[in-house]
Amino acid sequence: MSNGTTGVTAGPRLRSKVRLRFDRRTGRTLLLYPERGLELNDSAAEIARLCTGEWTIDDIARQLARTHAEVSPVEIDRAVREFLRSLADRGLLEGHR
Amino acid sequence: MNDECRPYTLIAELTYRCPLRCPYCSNPLDHARHENELDSGAWCRVFREAEALGVVQLNLTGGEPLLRDDLEVLIEQAGRLELYMNLITGGIPLTFERLARCKALGLRSVQVSIQSARPAESDRIAGAPSFHRKLEVMQWVTALGLPLTLNVVLHRDNIEEVPDLIALAERVSADRLELANTQYLGWALKNRAALLPAREQIERARTVAADAKARLRGTMDVLFVTPDYYSPYPKSCMDGWGRRFLVVNPEGLALPCHLAHGLPGLRFDNVARRSLADIWHHSDGFNRFRGEEWLPDPCRTCDRRRADFGGCRCQAFHLTGDAGATDPVCPLSSDHGLIEAARVQAAERPVSFEYRTGRSVVQS
Ligand code: SF4
Ligand code: SF4
Repeated sequence: MSNGTTGVTAGPRLRSKVRLRFDRRTGRTLLLYPERGLELNDSAAEIARLCTGEWTIDDIARQLARTHAEVSPVEIDRAVREFLRSLADRGLLEGHR
Repeated sequence: MNDECRPYTLIAELTYRCPLRCPYCSNPLDHARHENELDSGAWCRVFREAEALGVVQLNLTGGEPLLRDDLEVLIEQAGRLELYMNLITGGIPLTFERLARCKALGLRSVQVSIQSARPAESDRIAGAPSFHRKLEVMQWVTALGLPLTLNVVLHRDNIEEVPDLIALAERVSADRLELANTQYLGWALKNRAALLPAREQIERARTVAADAKARLRGTMDVLFVTPDYYSPYPKSCMDGWGRRFLVVNPEGLALPCHLAHGLPGLRFDNVARRSLADIWHHSDGFNRFRGEEWLPDPCRTCDRRRADFGGCRCQAFHLTGDAGATDPVCPLSSDHGLIEAARVQAAERPVSFEYRTGRSVVQS
């Protein structure tokens, strides 16, 4: 889909149809899009917030590794890629194919 | 609080009025007046109460929601509540400027329905020239950067068009394509013999839709909703009765499903007289088919009961006369023969369907 701007972006960016919303009832982040929603856990929410186009996948993984020192970087890298893949499959990401 | 029953989506039926007259529409024709419609203030209160209950998605629908002069007021209120707002429309009457205004006030997505991929046929079914206008509206939607859902109700006469409908959806850069088979309730149930596709038609359409879904993954979501009559098991009703969805109809009745007030012996409340939270948690109508106590045999002990909740209550009622029965779509239902008979009938020669022209048409 040719939706919106194609600025020079290095990394994945949430499509403009996506809204992140704090859910007062659960304290979690909801990722909303037409007719659907995902309830994100804390690290998924962290990743989603970094999907601004400014950060590459490696940047995002590095950022998470910093806040989750207890998990091995390899594992974090895999988890980040998996989550981004699942967002892309749902058509929620730009700049990630 | 327990979130087993939490409404995530409010379906706000803003009006019964509609400029089109699709034969399969479930709107009661004799209610197409607006003296009884909730006013702006009442809707704004409903939105606030819904948000407080946990609602995050709002579908503005009808009838034709564009016929509400105060649509912008309602959108603005919902926008302030950060509800993810989807306008479900036939696209008439609309201008680009009005749509742009709605977007600026917080509208997030638009669903346009068409009746066929062929202009003349679409106009014939809708009962008014509308196809080209709808195409124009779809272009406005995408030009404004709003995600577009293209919705088509499938039946025997247009199911062969699925490849064309997919091509059309791609051409208008739809974000989602909903190929939904008619629900055989009300008018459609009466005309089932004319409308229900034969099994081969369904299989063909499903295969084409599945290929498109795979090919377009990440770009456009293609949804194919098989008619219950060809599904191995019933579908869950709105993700479970009074579990995830809340419908408020034009007059203010709060319902678990847009047809629920057609079920006998259930009492539903009006948002004008009782708070939404009270209705949701404590009303008789919402509690009637929640949980597992009400489940009939064989659902009571079935492994699938958490997946389909015994199926559709309206279908159970309209086919068996008992709203608390197992949905006859289920092969384990003692009434499953009704479904099999309909399938056999669908394999016979098609008849053409009758128009909804006015009050004379029978509604159940
Ligand atoms: S009872 Fe049937 S018609 Fe009503 S919402 Fe459930 S599935 Fe739909
Ligand atoms: S028996 Fe009831 S719960 Fe089990 S599949 Fe059939 S309808 Fe669903």
